[in-house]
Amino acid sequence: MAYTAKFKVWRGDAESGGLHDFDVEVNEGEVVLDIIHRLQATQAPDLAVRWNCKAGKCGSCSAEINGRPRLLCMTRMSTFTEDEVVTVTPMRTFPVIRDLVTDVSFNYTKAREIPSFTPPKDLQPGEYRMQQVDVERSQEFRKCIECFLCQNTCHVVRDHEENKEAFAGPRYLMRIAELEMHPLDTADRVRPAQDEHGLGFCNITKCCTEVCPEHIKITDNALIPMKERVADRKYDPIVWLGNKLFRR
Amino acid sequence: MTEVERHPYDVVVIGAGGAGLRAVIEARERGLRVAVVCKSLFGKAHTVMAEGGCAASMGNANANDNWQVHFRDTMRGGKFLNNWRMAELHAKEAPDRVWELETYGALFDRTPDGRISQRNFGGHTYPRLAHVGDRTGLELIRTMQQKIVSLQQEDHAEFGDYEHRIKVFAECTVTELIKDGDRIAGAFGYWRESGRFVLFEAPAVVLATGGIGKSFKVTSNSWEYTGDGHALALRAGATLINMEFVQFHPTGMVWPPSVKGILVTEGVRGDGGVLKNSDGKRFMFEYIPDVFKGQYADAPEEADRWYTDQENNRRTPDLLPRDEVARAINSEVKAGRGSPHGGVFLDIASRLPAEEIKRRLPSMYHQFKELADVDITAEPMEVGPTCHYVMGGIEVDPDTAAASVPGLFAAGECSGGMHGSNRLGGNSLSDLLVFGRRAGLGAADYVQSLSDRPSVAQSDVDAAAQSALAPFNPTDTAENPYTLHNELQQAMNDLVGIIRKAEEIEQAIDKLQALRVRINEVTVEGHRQFNPGWHLALDLRNMLLVSECVARAALLRTESRGGHTRDDFPQMDSQWRNTLLVCSASGDGLVPEVRVEPKEQEPMRQDLLELFELPELEKYYTDAELAAHPGRTS
Repeated sequence: MAYTAKFKVWRGDAESGGLHDFDVEVNEGEVVLDIIHRLQATQAPDLAVRWNCKAGKCGSCSAEINGRPRLLCMTRMSTFTEDEVVTVTPMRTFPVIRDLVTDVSFNYTKAREIPSFTPPKDLQPGEYRMQQVDVERSQEFRKCIECFLCQNTCHVVRDHEENKEAFAGPRYLMRIAELEMHPLDTADRVRPAQDEHGLGFCNITKCCTEVCPEHIKITDNALIPMKERVADRKYDPIVWLGNKLFRR
Repeated sequence: MTEVERHPYDVVVIGAGGAGLRAVIEARERGLRVAVVCKSLFGKAHTVMAEGGCAASMGNANANDNWQVHFRDTMRGGKFLNNWRMAELHAKEAPDRVWELETYGALFDRTPDGRISQRNFGGHTYPRLAHVGDRTGLELIRTMQQKIVSLQQEDHAEFGDYEHRIKVFAECTVTELIKDGDRIAGAFGYWRESGRFVLFEAPAVVLATGGIGKSFKVTSNSWEYTGDGHALALRAGATLINMEFVQFHPTGMVWPPSVKGILVTEGVRGDGGVLKNSDGKRFMFEYIPDVFKGQYADAPEEADRWYTDQENNRRTPDLLPRDEVARAINSEVKAGRGSPHGGVFLDIASRLPAEEIKRRLPSMYHQFKELADVDITAEPMEVGPTCHYVMGGIEVDPDTAAASVPGLFAAGECSGGMHGSNRLGGNSLSDLLVFGRRAGLGAADYVQSLSDRPSVAQSDVDAAAQSALAPFNPTDTAENPYTLHNELQQAMNDLVGIIRKAEEIEQAIDKLQALRVRINEVTVEGHRQFNPGWHLALDLRNMLLVSECVARAALLRTESRGGHTRDDFPQMDSQWRNTLLVCSASGDGLVPEVRVEPKEQEPMRQDLLELFELPELEKYYTDAELAAHPGRTS
């Protein structure tokens, strides 16, 4: 039942920091966030951690556990052996504010760059008609809880600060796919995905899909179909010729 | 003089859940400059936890539905203590608010003919809840978040600045409302990240801060739910009503201990799940109260037929209003017929095929699998009551959402009246859309009607800063905020919980009095930068103030009704039906003194009263109140 676990938790701020060792009690059924809370209540009252719902629905408590991007609230202690050291560090792709809390404003900036849902102009509220099978594709992407673990793990920006400007990241490329597949959206999403939001950076290694706590198939269902649509539009020789001849 | 950033706005919305965001959208559409302040990141508010759906009588699933039926269901659910005007506006406007979300990009589940699908829920006569699987709250918050982004994009196109008219102040907590004379002049708070102070200078403040669940030990609520709006309003001179009514959701997880209280959606029962005790018996048939006799099936055979044929069968008592189901579960556990971990069984596995369960209830499947190692398609869940929602809140004008303090508005869970003594599932999401919009409108009208702007006095800013920094002062006993919070939660849970009696409530009030003294001694370590100990020390004051309102009102109401059950007064008393208990606060100090006084509610408008049959009204009303009913006069 209850045992004492060894934890290493990264503490510090933008300037400096390092791993701190803790011995802490663990009880049956607990998750890593419970242990972090126990540290706050008993050993480190000012340990900074972001969290809200503690039920895997809000996507606030993202961090890296033994180097893997995870939600603290959905990682059960029973996935570790009792003698295993559990190392908790902040997400690496975003600047540290303090301890486990990072500055995720990159994501909110990217969100604002994606043009919003554009319904047909003359369609009145209450008159929207869509089939379940047609909304399901976008609904899968709308399961996203914006934990930003996919953004954190994507190698395009994880070790390449210089790519952040031109690359929206998996979460927001998926947002483009969601709007593209919305049965009633009228805006052109395909060309801007490639030209303005950096879809071409993605080389479909599926790391984003692997870390998604909602199990959204980001690569297979959002990014690859968008790449196919880009290829159809941009590289199909007949479309290319048509564009050349009839461009206004 | 305190160093503070100053931000002038027309309207400051405190809270970025559904009600807050809807208020922002409305005030911005009226051309005002709006700040939205949230304790968490943008888009993380507690609204994401709402699972089942949003009630609106669109009539897509059953054409017999209309606002009158929804109004009647809401009043019955609240045991006729609701503010009838709010219930009326809510029932009438909810469909428009849902359809509007589709124009923002929401994608609800569909009917075969392509309209918004609607599901059954407790207390609703017809399938009425617009939903997206079991993650409807997430859809609402994301949709409105994205609508706000789209408005910011419009402002960017027009003014070259995304934040020209709407700015989100994320991870920022308001600790004090500031007045100029009797009117609102602004709000004072701190950035969580840096601990630096911030002052909003604004003639109108909309409170949309949600509930108070973190005052209870077993709760479905997140850390943010510390009654901030309730406490801010009280300290600014506004009043709270119905604080004795706290909803315990019948189905929270009970095991493992670390997830105790996490919500299990009512949608499980709406989609066919049934409650069973340790004998395997569907016990809800034994618990149909007199006021609902005749409206619910009295045997499993009829209840099961109802799922497919609602015209000729009565609904299952598994879908009685939440207060009834929570009490029933409590009784079964007390009688020794509970599950191994102190709950009862909720069985969907034997009722639907595994694939269908995963499709309709994906979050529930995921939640039990990941957190409890339970496969809900193969075995029953263990569930028990959890503190979920407070019906009580800031007393507001139904049409404008204005509180009694000029310039102060409130919407969503932190406002009171709409749900009476008990809220129906699904009425929360629709409430926050309807009244979030009305609060935004109310605030806009108020600001546009002003001839001069209020101003903030420096002395008020200094006082607010001093009070916020108090926990850093060394004290003799150096109380730990985490310890005090624990004791507060335990006391409220044990003594003012789902079943109450006078001597226990009195004990709770004594404990709260002791905590009042100790809270002055709270000390926190470290510095102001993202310091959770300090944040809790400040939130604790609000929890204590609001807990005292709950306890004192609970002691005064000597009857049982909705979310207030007195063991020593087990009956509903029609003499109490029309009485509101109004809380106000006075005095300085970290936690001001609470006063609770009874007040009569305005009688229901005649045309609304006539929507009910006389025999039903007789179960709730006194003879004197019904003297003018046509059923009595003719």
